[in-house]
Amino acid sequence: MILDSKIPAGPVAEKWTNHKFSSKLVNPANKRKYDVIVVGTGLAGASAAASLAELGYNVKAFCFQDSPRRAHSIAAQGGINAAKNYQNDGDSVFRLFYDTVKGGDYRAREANVYRLAEVSVNIIDQCVAQGVPFAREYGGLLANRSFGGAQVSRTFYARGQTGQQLLLGAYSALSRQVANGKVKLYPRTEMMDLVKIDGEAKGIVTRNLITGAIETHAAHAVLLCTGGYGNVFFLSTNAMGSNVTAAWRAHKRGAFFANPCYTQIHPTCIPVSGDHQSKLTLMSESLRNDGRVWVPRTVEMAEKLRSGGIKANDIPEDERDYYLERKYPSFGNLVPRDVASRNAKYVCDEGRGVNETGEAVFLDFRDAIKRDSEDTIRARYGNLFDMYQQITGENPYQVPMMIYPAVHYTMGGLWVDYNLMTTVPGLYALGEANFSDHGANRLGASALMQGLADGYFVIPYTLGDYLAKIGPAPVDADHPEFAKVAKEVEERIQKLLSINGSKTVDYFHKKLGKIMWNECGMARTAEGLEKAKKEIKELREEFWKDVNVIGSNEELNQSLEKANRVADFLELGELMIDDAYDRNESCGGHFREEYQTPEGEALRDDENYAYVSAWRFVGEGEEEVLEKEPLEFENVKLTQRSYK
Amino acid sequence: MKLTIKVWRQKNAADKGGFVTYPLDGISTDMSFLEMMDVLNEELSEKGEDPIHFDHDCREGICGMCSLYINGKPHGPLQTTTCQLHMRSFSDGETITIEPWRAAAFPVVKDLVVDRGAFDRIIQAGGYVSVNTGGVPDANEIPIPKVVADEAFDAATCIGCGACVAACKNASAMLFTSAKVSQLAMLPQGQVERKSRAEKMIAQMDAEGFGACTNTGACSAECPKGISLTNIARMNREYFSAAVSSDNV
Repeated sequence: MILDSKIPAGPVAEKWTNHKFSSKLVNPANKRKYDVIVVGTGLAGASAAASLAELGYNVKAFCFQDSPRRAHSIAAQGGINAAKNYQNDGDSVFRLFYDTVKGGDYRAREANVYRLAEVSVNIIDQCVAQGVPFAREYGGLLANRSFGGAQVSRTFYARGQTGQQLLLGAYSALSRQVANGKVKLYPRTEMMDLVKIDGEAKGIVTRNLITGAIETHAAHAVLLCTGGYGNVFFLSTNAMGSNVTAAWRAHKRGAFFANPCYTQIHPTCIPVSGDHQSKLTLMSESLRNDGRVWVPRTVEMAEKLRSGGIKANDIPEDERDYYLERKYPSFGNLVPRDVASRNAKYVCDEGRGVNETGEAVFLDFRDAIKRDSEDTIRARYGNLFDMYQQITGENPYQVPMMIYPAVHYTMGGLWVDYNLMTTVPGLYALGEANFSDHGANRLGASALMQGLADGYFVIPYTLGDYLAKIGPAPVDADHPEFAKVAKEVEERIQKLLSINGSKTVDYFHKKLGKIMWNECGMARTAEGLEKAKKEIKELREEFWKDVNVIGSNEELNQSLEKANRVADFLELGELMIDDAYDRNESCGGHFREEYQTPEGEALRDDENYAYVSAWRFVGEGEEEVLEKEPLEFENVKLTQRSYK
Repeated sequence: MKLTIKVWRQKNAADKGGFVTYPLDGISTDMSFLEMMDVLNEELSEKGEDPIHFDHDCREGICGMCSLYINGKPHGPLQTTTCQLHMRSFSDGETITIEPWRAAAFPVVKDLVVDRGAFDRIIQAGGYVSVNTGGVPDANEIPIPKVVADEAFDAATCIGCGACVAACKNASAMLFTSAKVSQLAMLPQGQVERKSRAEKMIAQMDAEGFGACTNTGACSAECPKGISLTNIARMNREYFSAAVSSDNV
């Protein structure tokens, strides 16, 4: 099968403009005849649902949380990029595009990334108009900062709570449309499966999480804005409820899954403190603007530190190794996330880690406080410092923070074409749920940008083109396919409930997480991946034989919710392993130990692997089939990334 | 640590509910409060008993999903969210009493889970600026003094958890509602709908069955985000000024 990415012809800077013009339009009077389902209410989902409702479509919006405002976009801290060039420091749409393609280690689709950079400027305008309180300068204009390896200041922010403010902005737009009657909201409702009629997406099957009722919803198109799958690792910075179920069920109904192995490990998270740990907490990487990363120069000193023989502040300057500044003099502490994470792993593997577990490095604000005063640092990062102190019980104004990498974001996701449509006609994927813009590594402050770009400024155009083509005839909600899929969903739930095994759902999830972290985490090897594949298969078999899911379907049942999600993670995990095994190169967040430069940097193989891996599901228990979308670079020259 | 957990169990909205006591051992001071609950739930699950249901999601103190009335205080002894509360705030041998939010407008769904849909409906009544996507001015065409932007931001940090309602003896939602009314009343973008917003949101708040405000200040004292009482004063001013010069002719 040939994957048609539908990239418009012409120069990259004109593609989107031309495409918008050549897309079909839906007559304003006809828009009210179309129904659209939006699953997920994070930045992508809320912005899409609100924008489509404003245009006149009838929208049904679903979320598993008790309110759309809870979606995990809310936890994004650092900021949102936009090529406004308000700082007069040389930024431009092309530079943001270039940085994003390069930062993604040349594994993203050029046309999509250019469009993202192009609409980034509109996002800021839109959010400000909604009343999002971005940080400002004394003159009243918007403030910017440099973020996550960028050499220009293009990041807009709202203290350390940018995601919250942007999501509440999108949520307010969504709420307005609920009040207008154009959006019907379904909170505490989880998508369980996709319904296709004649090969096209025509609806979904959901479970009401309060009553357990299995319901069907018909529509002309279905948008999955369901976020990433980082929770396959059990421990991640994702919310506890973040899951892959909607995307995975769609995958099993024909949507290809692209680049599943591209996982971002965020360098600045609070280290694990024990087996009881339920999730990991991210500290915004904006901290790296002022914090200096270091470990003791020698293993002996690190051991002394771990045993409590010496305190961090008592280690003299010449005994400290500011390893990022040493290895990457021009980028220093601001190297991209994958580089920062991997180097933390290296120094800890050498035995120079700093906390009791040996898996932590320092992020030290001593020099910044000396330079700028404690008040200035508090104004910049106050809430992050407070959060750190609450979790660890230590005061980061006085002692250096301890950090370690943790799973944070998944660049992979459902394969989509330029219109954000998956390989199932009428089924779209937006935001983190798709694969398209970040390549093998996402730059800081680009996730918020992509979620809102897809929802506010891309889907309103591309969806119209599809809807105009299929016409406004109502979708037959009584088509037998709905009842058939609903029955399959019910059977699966009953199966889960009837196993009555001896182990809890968390037992399996934790075991899966450990396999994934050890063999498909920051560094991967062919040998380790082979082992992991076997282990996951065994674990999955054990799950379906021996899991104990308590209670019944007809009630609020959190162990059933978890079991249902973990069952899908157990399948996705294997596909991630397959994908990592296939990709015999290192790029971005995918680091195969066999493929590295003599300096230990990721070694790409553009000759053989400049493609998007798109996996096709062919049947239960069968190996998935790899389809390839070749990546062509016409505007960016492929180089070895260097941050020296 | 050894603890005794006295927790509210209620099968569903129709059930009367009541306290059940569980002994718990082996809790470390580094655990978060919710991780302690995870340990208890894992023990219950292993015995085949229904785990205690409670709302939680981000576990970073920002989504507002977690609730829990712990030893008579919303989110427990510290001014933070339950997910950011750690067991080092408790002592060995302590009995910890856990209840759901108690308010007529927040009916219990199961155990410690309540329905906070009333908050969404208050926002739907007017907690927005009516602009459509596209066609808005350049972001820097709306200059806003830094002090105003900062003040609006402080109001906007509300996470909608409902601790203010749970803390209030009248179960009033004034702090929640006023945070949004204030944020938008202070910003130039919110001026056009300023009066009708205050009127509509307050009308919805009353319709949901929240109690009246008697200026006790428990809401602000217990708010995990420290939303200030000034917002309530500001909302009252907005309301009165709207009432005497309403655009709703």
